[in-house]
Amino acid sequence: MISPAILTHDLTKSYGPVPAVRDLNLAVQANRITAFLGQNGAGKSTTIKMLLGMVRPTRGEGTVLGKRIGDAEQNRRLRQNVAYVAENKPLYGYMTVEQTIRFASSFYPDWRTDSEKKLLHEYRLPLHQKVKTLSKGMRTKLALLLAFARRPELLILDEPSEGLDPVGIEHLLQLLVAEAAEGVTIFFSSHQIAEVERVADHVCILNAGRLALNASLDELRQSYRRIDFVFPSLPPEREFCIAGVEKIQTAGHQLSLFASRNADAVVERGHDLGAVSIEVAPVGLRDIFLETVKEN
Amino acid sequence: MFFKLNPTAGQPLYLQLMQQIRHAAETGALQDGDQLPGIRTLAEELVVSPNTIVKAYSELEHDGLVELRHGSGAFITTKRRMRSLKDHVQVARRRLSKLIEQLRDEGLLDDEIKRAFEAELLHSPEFVRKR
Repeated sequence: MISPAILTHDLTKSYGPVPAVRDLNLAVQANRITAFLGQNGAGKSTTIKMLLGMVRPTRGEGTVLGKRIGDAEQNRRLRQNVAYVAENKPLYGYMTVEQTIRFASSFYPDWRTDSEKKLLHEYRLPLHQKVKTLSKGMRTKLALLLAFARRPELLILDEPSEGLDPVGIEHLLQLLVAEAAEGVTIFFSSHQIAEVERVADHVCILNAGRLALNASLDELRQSYRRIDFVFPSLPPEREFCIAGVEKIQTAGHQLSLFASRNADAVVERGHDLGAVSIEVAPVGLRDIFLETVKEN
Repeated sequence: MFFKLNPTAGQPLYLQLMQQIRHAAETGALQDGDQLPGIRTLAEELVVSPNTIVKAYSELEHDGLVELRHGSGAFITTKRRMRSLKDHVQVARRRLSKLIEQLRDEGLLDDEIKRAFEAELLHSPEFVRKR
């Protein structure tokens, strides 16, 4: 087992009396694509900033690539191997695209000139234009280029697809997948659930500062089900008190369940109770996300 | 070879890929000795995690349908078992299509037939085993 790329223990951050992140125990496996989901204000960006040493935790600790995030010297070294694309993509507006790339590349001995050239061509970035005059999509592309060309071990991206059009998003996902194929570990936050569902191996959902779900997408696909029964006369809901049943709704002769596991047992119970119709449907990540942030 | 994965189908993506490769080998779309796309190439094409491809290929190797050759990639190997399976599948499909024709003649709609099949497949193994 490879040691986790990111590991936190009871990581907590409060801004005054307001807790932003509470007792977070996160383990992000190396060589995987992990998505970090949550509503606005759930604490995603605060978590990412703590991991990078940009925000000091109120309590708890963590390691990134085996280096302690609270230790200034270890943190400086870990940032050599981590590329971070921030939500607001801070860049120097007075520099041109070319100057920005020259400036960034001078700091990194492993800079990949081949990737830089390839991405410049694909992104059609205007070399001589000042950064402050770039569109949002172009700024994102420039920030991604700077991150990808660094040959990082770990890529942390905060809302990388924000401001990109559908073609740009598709291209971004292809780039992420290609980086992952080279062995780069990817940890990214996103609101684009449909995209996450395609590329991520693993998903972590943060809700009000707490980790509400942490599972592989293949596990979720296999275990979450919506089960609809029709009964001649409805049995009491308590008959369906089975581990994994998250929600029960009834309407007329219909009974509808949302199960995070044990769908087979639920179906069997319905069968035994005389259901005249049983329909089992898979549940997409969007519904899982909505249920997870609603009930907590 | 074209593959199409559905992220919301309620089935792990690596299993979907395995089934499609198996199906392609059964129908002859992929033949003995054919090379499968590289991991990065297929991951970029399908826009899925490379781990999905790695898992599908290694499970298929375990099943004996794919051979992983060091440094040169993944290749289809259809052994005798596969060929007999291919024949079985063709016979089964002919029988199924007859049955479906019969059900249509009896007035069932395709949707109803499909649901009946799904319900049977969903229940039978567990219930039969438990009884």
